[in-house]
Amino acid sequence: MANTARQKILTVVGNHGILIAFVMFMLVFALASPKFLSFENLQSVVRSSAILGVMALGVTFVVISGNLDLSVGSMMSFSTIVVLDLHDKLGPTLAIPTMYLMTLGLGGTIGFLVGYLKLNSLIVTLGMLSAIHGLTLTYSGGKNMDIDDKSGTWFSFFGQGEILGLPVPIILFIALAAFLGILLAKTPFGRKVYAVGGNATAASFSGIPRARTVFNCYLISAFCVATAGLLQASRSMGSQNTVGQGLELEVLAAVILGGASLLGGSGTILKTVIGVLILGFIQNGLLLIGWPFYIQYVITWIIIILAVWLDISVKRGKFWATV
Amino acid sequence: MNSDFIKRSISASAIWLFIVFELIFFTIAGKYLSLSSGGFMDASNMLLLLKQSAPIGIIAVGMTLIMVNGNIDLSVGAVFAIAGIILLDSLSWGIFSGLGDWVIVASCLVALAAGTLLGALNGLIVWRTGVDAFIVTLGSMLGYRGLVFMFNGENPTSNLNWTLVDIAEARFLGIHTATWVFGLTVLVVWLITRYTVHGRNAYAIGDNRNAAVNAGIRVGPHMLINFALIGFLAALSAVVFYAESGSVNPNDGMLYELWVITAVVLGGTKLAGGSGSIIGTLGGVIAIQLLRTGLGYIGADTSTVNLVIGLILIVVLFIDRQLNVKGAQELKV
Repeated sequence: MANTARQKILTVVGNHGILIAFVMFMLVFALASPKFLSFENLQSVVRSSAILGVMALGVTFVVISGNLDLSVGSMMSFSTIVVLDLHDKLGPTLAIPTMYLMTLGLGGTIGFLVGYLKLNSLIVTLGMLSAIHGLTLTYSGGKNMDIDDKSGTWFSFFGQGEILGLPVPIILFIALAAFLGILLAKTPFGRKVYAVGGNATAASFSGIPRARTVFNCYLISAFCVATAGLLQASRSMGSQNTVGQGLELEVLAAVILGGASLLGGSGTILKTVIGVLILGFIQNGLLLIGWPFYIQYVITWIIIILAVWLDISVKRGKFWATV
Repeated sequence: MNSDFIKRSISASAIWLFIVFELIFFTIAGKYLSLSSGGFMDASNMLLLLKQSAPIGIIAVGMTLIMVNGNIDLSVGAVFAIAGIILLDSLSWGIFSGLGDWVIVASCLVALAAGTLLGALNGLIVWRTGVDAFIVTLGSMLGYRGLVFMFNGENPTSNLNWTLVDIAEARFLGIHTATWVFGLTVLVVWLITRYTVHGRNAYAIGDNRNAAVNAGIRVGPHMLINFALIGFLAALSAVVFYAESGSVNPNDGMLYELWVITAVVLGGTKLAGGSGSIIGTLGGVIAIQLLRTGLGYIGADTSTVNLVIGLILIVVLFIDRQLNVKGAQELKV
């Protein structure tokens, strides 16, 4: 009896551990700093997490399908640089769709290599991380990109504008999360993504096109990256070539924190959003209580390992691994 | 002489054929494109190339063993930076003040010990919690980087010890100190993989973990040793590098993990574990450095280097999969 009760508690904690941790964090920081739960502060946290969050949404699809995407950081630099450059050459109306097409082209290339040619996603995206970084540098000639006439364009709308008092990045993040959340949870395509990630062989035997599903996941990821690049470009109206460097691993940390397994087949959009918000609130909360920014790295480290450890412990029914 | 043997010989020597190709290509291309008067393959150029490949190479040797074991370590760049800071900082610690020039030995030992401990901590977590090494070291990559910033905030840590610089710039038998250390590392770890029980078990665990467990091999301790070893080597790499430069920026070592993994994969080690060799990794490290130096020599800029290395990595992966049936089934980190 006692054993089953303990098992039950473990299961509940395991399934909702990330939510429990989230609520506890909010409580601790709310007690430590009265400003923490103010509307302005909450809004500023979501706003500053929007770029990382949008990228994490796409990577969630890739991870659930059982693959990795390490190229999102340098791809984001690419789309930021491209859209800023084209803005002055073509005008914003043409620049944005062109940038989306180019980024989708890169995503499609990765999708082709991983999906159809069945190459290892870790190494392919590692190679693409380097290759796209080189492409960006070649494109820009190594120079920073700036929009010439910063006040005479509506391009700043995406990163700095507001609709009904809500910042546009937040609206875009929520809208994209809602759309992708429904796509993943409620459509046949979403089911296929889980099936391919859960057991690729079984999925193939059930007539699910593994290659095309993986390909589409990388297209979704590239679309999200392009959106993140757009937000970044529009927020700062100018950029270095390395703006997205290192983001790929932070994005992955958020997705893992949300509980998606790197083996594929599990994870949801909502959990990823919570993972992103946890990272955002840790950063913000630590700043509010006056700690330096780098403490967040150490805390993120501890949280990631505890979260995944808890998840695994529940599945095997024991805290410690045997071998 | 069955076809399996031929395939294996091709994949084992591919990286060296590629190096020969690079040498010929850059020598010929350099005649037309290079502005410098010296030839590409002159001795001082090649010695410099070996020296420059040492920091990445030393870590790559450790990464080979980690990947053969079926794990991965993303935290090496952060460990590299921590060890560098500890090395330079400890040169002026009060407790070492009476040592004179022997402080260098003490500082190196402290830095190496710190690296070993951080690596062992990764290994311990992987072993005892059963969390995948990718996730554990992704976490500690962030966490250790946080520790780096705790030393000095965002300021660089600088300490130039001229005796240390002299040692770093010394050229015993014409070969740079860094190259000696790199060569010795390759030799020692190669001996470990070839002639010790630990080395053989590491391959066995990476090849088929369940079979290894059933055969009575204790998987955990072997992983712990490998992680401690790569921590030690990351610190050794930092000692070699910062002895000469004398200043650590808190962002140093970022993306090192990606360069190191690229070199190891080019050298023919499989991500899935169980196969790979130290000598292949040596080839991978030299091939990448040749590419960097060579492209610079014929006047291409860094952007081309990134582009070419990325594409080569993907092409190698593709060829390898065509040659190797096991490569087709591998994946799942």
